Amino acid sequence: MADLGRICLLLALVVCAYGIFAAIYGVRKGRPEYSASARRSVYALAIILTTAMAVLEIAFLRNDFAFNTVADTSSRTTPTFYRAAAVWSSQEGSLLLWAWLLSLWSSLALFLVRKRMRDVAAYATAVLLGFAGFFVSLMIFYATPFATTSPAPAEGVGLDPLLRFPTMMIHPPMLYSGYTLCTIPLAFGVGALLARRVDADWIRAIRRFAFAAWLFLGIGILLGARWSYSELGWGGYWGWDAVENASLMPWLTGTAFLHSLMIQEKRGMLKVWNVSLVLATGTLAIMGTFLVRSGVLNSIHAFGGATLGVPFVVLIGVLIAGSIYLVVSRRELLRSEHRLDSLLSRESAFLANNLVLVALCFVIFWGTYFPLISEALTGTEASVGPPWFDRYTVPLALILVLLSGIGPVIAWRRATLANARRNFFAPVAFALVTLVALLLSGVTQSAFALAMFCCAAFVLGSVGQEFFRGTRARGAIAGEPAPVALIALVRRNRRRYGGYIVHIGIAVLFVGVAASSSFQHAVEDRLSPGGSARVGAYTVRYVRPTASITPKNDSAHTGSTLNLGAVLDVSKHGRHVATLRPSEGFYDSGEPAQGTVGHLIGGQAVSHISMSAGLTRDVWTAIAPDISTPTLQRIVTIGNKTLAPEDGLVAIGVLAREYLRDPPAAQFHLIVSPLVMWIWIGGLIVFGGGLIAIWPAPSAVRRRVAMRARSRATRGLARA
Amino acid sequence: MARGLWTFAILVSMNPARKRTVRLVVALSAAVLLASALIYTSFSAASPALSPTQLLRQAQPGRSYQLTGTVVDGSVRHEPNGIDFSVADRAGGKTIPLSYTGTVPDPFREGREVIVTVQKQGGRYVGERNSLITKCPSKYKTAPSGEKQNY
Repeated sequence: MADLGRICLLLALVVCAYGIFAAIYGVRKGRPEYSASARRSVYALAIILTTAMAVLEIAFLRNDFAFNTVADTSSRTTPTFYRAAAVWSSQEGSLLLWAWLLSLWSSLALFLVRKRMRDVAAYATAVLLGFAGFFVSLMIFYATPFATTSPAPAEGVGLDPLLRFPTMMIHPPMLYSGYTLCTIPLAFGVGALLARRVDADWIRAIRRFAFAAWLFLGIGILLGARWSYSELGWGGYWGWDAVENASLMPWLTGTAFLHSLMIQEKRGMLKVWNVSLVLATGTLAIMGTFLVRSGVLNSIHAFGGATLGVPFVVLIGVLIAGSIYLVVSRRELLRSEHRLDSLLSRESAFLANNLVLVALCFVIFWGTYFPLISEALTGTEASVGPPWFDRYTVPLALILVLLSGIGPVIAWRRATLANARRNFFAPVAFALVTLVALLLSGVTQSAFALAMFCCAAFVLGSVGQEFFRGTRARGAIAGEPAPVALIALVRRNRRRYGGYIVHIGIAVLFVGVAASSSFQHAVEDRLSPGGSARVGAYTVRYVRPTASITPKNDSAHTGSTLNLGAVLDVSKHGRHVATLRPSEGFYDSGEPAQGTVGHLIGGQAVSHISMSAGLTRDVWTAIAPDISTPTLQRIVTIGNKTLAPEDGLVAIGVLAREYLRDPPAAQFHLIVSPLVMWIWIGGLIVFGGGLIAIWPAPSAVRRRVAMRARSRATRGLARA
Repeated sequence: MARGLWTFAILVSMNPARKRTVRLVVALSAAVLLASALIYTSFSAASPALSPTQLLRQAQPGRSYQLTGTVVDGSVRHEPNGIDFSVADRAGGKTIPLSYTGTVPDPFREGREVIVTVQKQGGRYVGERNSLITKCPSKYKTAPSGEKQNY
């Protein structure tokens, strides 16, 4: 089987090389049949890499430990669900996932434009195959997923317990889809510049892909935040970690692009800016991939001891230098067709939004790469912490949310006082009412939270007003009742109203962020059964310890040998609120040196948090049981000396019973966070709005035909 | 007379092209100012990453440092408010005992590599709350060395 995988990789490299050659030859010599053949080689690549992916997936499901990557990241005790997801937990497996997703998305993009923009698409094909070839070469020469060992080991190391979390199945594919989709606008941007066809055509062709990239990346980031909140045992969802930042940066420039492209479509402005944003987004996506694999920055997510630094640095260098050369050498073509008429217009609101997003990206870029920068400049590696990030990102985020309320209602070209009054009265009034209501109810501890709540209210007001006006106007014209008119309105203008829904979701998400970061109560306490601790208005009582042994009985289904936890009773003002059962799983380390019993629980210990999530607040609990007491350690030591390997579990059973009989005090981490739920709800709203905006409208094809006819007519007129 | 001249000069200089240039210069200056502030604060707010040996040599009370090293075997003690442990140079040698409060990451244990932000307070080293990071143990191994591979 491994041979089939290796053959696939070699074949993939040959196909990439042929495709690049055919695409460039076809477009240079004016031989469209070669360009078409290059496009078909992308489809072939997708089929080949799908086969390779299937080979690896089957190896994981069949526990084929002859594959080194299976032996290193899976085991028989790893539950099937997590075995299937373990494919992308290793360096080499995730490279394959990257290349595979790239080939799939590229095929779709090139299939959709197969009858248009032949020269741009040909260059884009070459660029996309270049990326694919790069990743395939890495898998052939540096980290191959199909390396084997014979004889095969009897058992594997197992999937890192930290990764045994349900979103592991979808978080990496989402994030990687986002990253790979970012390279499609980049490829078409490069194609448009090389072919000197920089009108709005290529932007229209990749708009939907840019949006999809943005959406997938956003979902990936949010799922990562969710994982961090529910699995990492620290109770936070964002820590300005290098890898988190790496995924946020292309998302920010992508957001900027999605807004500024509208200005190019409508007014023929900002061409240099747009093409630069597209190139920057693609490059940042590659840099994000690189960061995880190079080991240059300290991160909890990094692939330890990774060695792919040099090839990536070369690729990124080529991307940056090539981008700058292309934009500078084509600057004449990229002249604006119009000028900004007024600083009070939708164009300038979009421009401001772009500047804020790019500034945010720059802040995060500087902070993330600061260890490298300071080492280069001063000789000592130094890093900035979350407070530094917060100082800049908090005010920028406030401005951004405010702009997301201004953008939808301000007039194009030039806003007059009269239409400003008409459009802004209701949203501003709504924001002020919110402010007064919050002040009266005593929310005064955090100026940031207060400002964010008011900005969010402003966004809800302005977007709500747009929906209300649109629905009323349609209802009046078509004589439809309000709900029907609303649905028709959204269906007819998916992109616009989907975008507005996204704005609502972002505002809701930031309300959750502001509330949970400003009004959180957290307590670390050591409790014995019967003891209790206060967190905010809640009292948490440690009722009794719990214990389970063997992977089969692991209540969290993650395959731990020993699971120690607690039953906690949460009450507020004497009234019972919830019963929570946090626990910690101890896993087999697979290292015989720790002894026949010791190795069974010698691996990573992982928190299984337990929380009562609600619309107004989450009560979040984690436990770190203490198994280093002399009594418990004695059981392990005696077991190590006396028991045969197959009887090791007996000692674990004795240990668990001893723990239940005389439980030592355990460390608890208790958090009460208000409105965290709204971060996930906001994310779902964004997702829904995004789907509406991205869904092809039934009339889209008709409109596209009409538009082409119109542009042909104008061109004819211009010639005459 | 002088005022008339000024008004004339301003009105003449404010043709659209000039206005755009002025706007651009103002915008660029603002961007440069903001970027300088950002860069300046990043250098003053950053905490240098040091090994225990380096830290012992140059620690000043009240400043934050990122201490990197391995947790000394047998040094972890659970206290009511957090944990005490010692960090040693990767290569061995000097160790620094410190007390730490806040979240302890799951992979934390003796012998692992950690990064923790510390301050020297009096003669003691105190870890900043929730600043402890454990470097991932190499579950994510790169491909094992040559003799094991058949490729």
